[in-house]
Amino acid sequence: MGETARLLVLAIPFAAALLLGVIKDYRLGARLNATAAGAALLAAVGLLVFERPEPGIHFIVDDLNTTFILLNTFVGFTTALFSASYIAHELAIGRLTPRFLRFYHAMYQAMLGSMSLALLANNVGLMWVGVEVATLVTVLMVGIYRTEPAIEAAWKYFILGSVGIALAFFGTILVYLAAQETLGEGMPALAWNRLVAAAPLFDPRLLDVAFVFLLIGYGTKVGLAPLHAWLPDAHAEGPTPISAVLSGLLLNVALFALLRFKLVMAANPSALTPGPVMVTMGLVSLLFAALMLYRRRDIKRFFAYSSIEHMGITTFAFGMGGPLANFAGLLHMAMHSLAKSAIFMAVGHIAQVKGTQKIESLRGLGATHPVLAWGFAIGVVAIAGMPPFGLFTSEFLILSSTFARAHTLALVVVLGLLIALGALVVRLVGIVFGPPLGAREPARASYLPMFAHFLLVLLAGLWLPEPLVRWFQTIAAQLG
Amino acid sequence: MSPLAFDIAHLLAGSMVVVSFLLLYQDRITGVLNVFAVQAIILALAVAFQAWSQGAPHLYLTALIALIVKGGIIPLALHRIVRELGIHREIEKVVGVGLTMLVGLALTALAVIVVLPIAQEAGRVGREDLAFALAVILLGLLMMITRRNAVTQVVGFMSLENGLVLAATGAKGMPLVVEISVAFSILIAFIVFGIFVFRIRERFDTVDVHALERFRGD
Repeated sequence: MGETARLLVLAIPFAAALLLGVIKDYRLGARLNATAAGAALLAAVGLLVFERPEPGIHFIVDDLNTTFILLNTFVGFTTALFSASYIAHELAIGRLTPRFLRFYHAMYQAMLGSMSLALLANNVGLMWVGVEVATLVTVLMVGIYRTEPAIEAAWKYFILGSVGIALAFFGTILVYLAAQETLGEGMPALAWNRLVAAAPLFDPRLLDVAFVFLLIGYGTKVGLAPLHAWLPDAHAEGPTPISAVLSGLLLNVALFALLRFKLVMAANPSALTPGPVMVTMGLVSLLFAALMLYRRRDIKRFFAYSSIEHMGITTFAFGMGGPLANFAGLLHMAMHSLAKSAIFMAVGHIAQVKGTQKIESLRGLGATHPVLAWGFAIGVVAIAGMPPFGLFTSEFLILSSTFARAHTLALVVVLGLLIALGALVVRLVGIVFGPPLGAREPARASYLPMFAHFLLVLLAGLWLPEPLVRWFQTIAAQLG
Repeated sequence: MSPLAFDIAHLLAGSMVVVSFLLLYQDRITGVLNVFAVQAIILALAVAFQAWSQGAPHLYLTALIALIVKGGIIPLALHRIVRELGIHREIEKVVGVGLTMLVGLALTALAVIVVLPIAQEAGRVGREDLAFALAVILLGLLMMITRRNAVTQVVGFMSLENGLVLAATGAKGMPLVVEISVAFSILIAFIVFGIFVFRIRERFDTVDVHALERFRGD
């Protein structure tokens, strides 16, 4: 059964992508898109419920990737629901044509499928393929509006993304060279579980250089400063459902790839410890993004920088390592995915009703669109790490575990969080309150996915169920 | 493996680095395309030689694809696009030739310093080929940074991809990935031609990426 579930997680999105490519009716397409994403979610639950298949040479199912896949398919499904109402509006105002929607839906599924491929892969070469296909597909999606800024954003993303592609691939080749002595030529020398098992025997110098390439290559995709330049543009210029999955999912998948290699490194005692490097990059991203938040005038760019900030915090937590910090890192990553994708859903509808993404033109949202304003306000409070939301729990755990071990670092994190908090409060007040501007007609929005995400984030902040805690603790222990 | 075989492998990989330098200072798009085709043909030879010396017949396929697609179809298609756009004489640089070449030399030295000491156990051919391949990759990156024209940036990227294929084939017995990376280079090339070049043309009547930079986001 587990084997079937694994197959379905991969097969459903790719089959749906092919089918959606030929369906002309966009309403049917949107419905099929959501159905396929829902079916993939069910298959992912199957991975959790049924007995796990033995790790093969190509695929593996373990605690770590099951968590990522559940999160991915869930957000993929809710975003597909949001996307259906979003694109109806885009079609109505003529920003997208039915022909482009066909392409859009097919690419949406292809992106979900390739992310699942990256997550399920045991073969690190296959994992690279998954991350790269997902990247290339999103490049196409970012450019879909064919406006001048959209093309610039897609081009920048393509160029920087390719640099990441190349360096990550070179790193993978070096890992293979390191493994080949011990594991022999061919497939086994790329299988991740065997790499971890045999890592103590690898040449540490080769592993060190490999990790540098992998860190820069995949770090570009995570959006860690100073490799983040593509991220704000790509978020701002593409369709909002794509911004939601980019921030909520693709950044996580790249971080997941880094975690896989971190475990290989950790298994070799004389190789470089990846922790300090990740801590540094995480802190730099956090501080940089927090400062940059103040100068954003475009609302989607604003939240793109907030994503850099949160990926920085997550990378910092995994870099610190240890059961508590890893636990907090996992929780933070999951909470950020849920909260940020929901914020983009709110922002997408807000930008649609107001007809602009400029922050200064969005004032007085509370008066014109109270439900959207509530959603937006909840989202900003949650993403700022305020109680009672789940991000408060995770940030609190990160801070308390860091204070115990290196209080200077903890102070830096606190500083970054406070700077970001200031920017978020200023923007929240500016957008929700004040004299109303712009259009007043009611939004035809789907609120359910957005509030469902917020509810989950709230529940996690109030009470984490015992099985979930134990599940995360197991993974945190595995992450070392 | 005989000393002669070593020398041939190194000669071919070294020639790719030399051709990468040639690419850096070409000041016409047509020149860039021709030199890129030469690099692809050398890559095909290098891969074919690896296929023979490693006794790995599937690498012949990689060599054939490099020869036909990168050495033939893509340069020819780009020539046509460039002629149709009427930009076959254009070229722009951000930094001067001298400085670019110096940076290129530094990058090549870096590749040698990084790879040679670490890969001692990886076999001699693998080791030196890897250093050359890293040099080609870094020079490709340099080209992407120093050029501002969409077509030459793509050529820079494909040159970088040549370095990757060289590295992957130099790693003895590396499975699956060679085929995948070749499939990728074709896919990327088509995506780029199909989408970007024509869209950029459609919107701006130029393929100069500078024209895009007015739209800096804030």
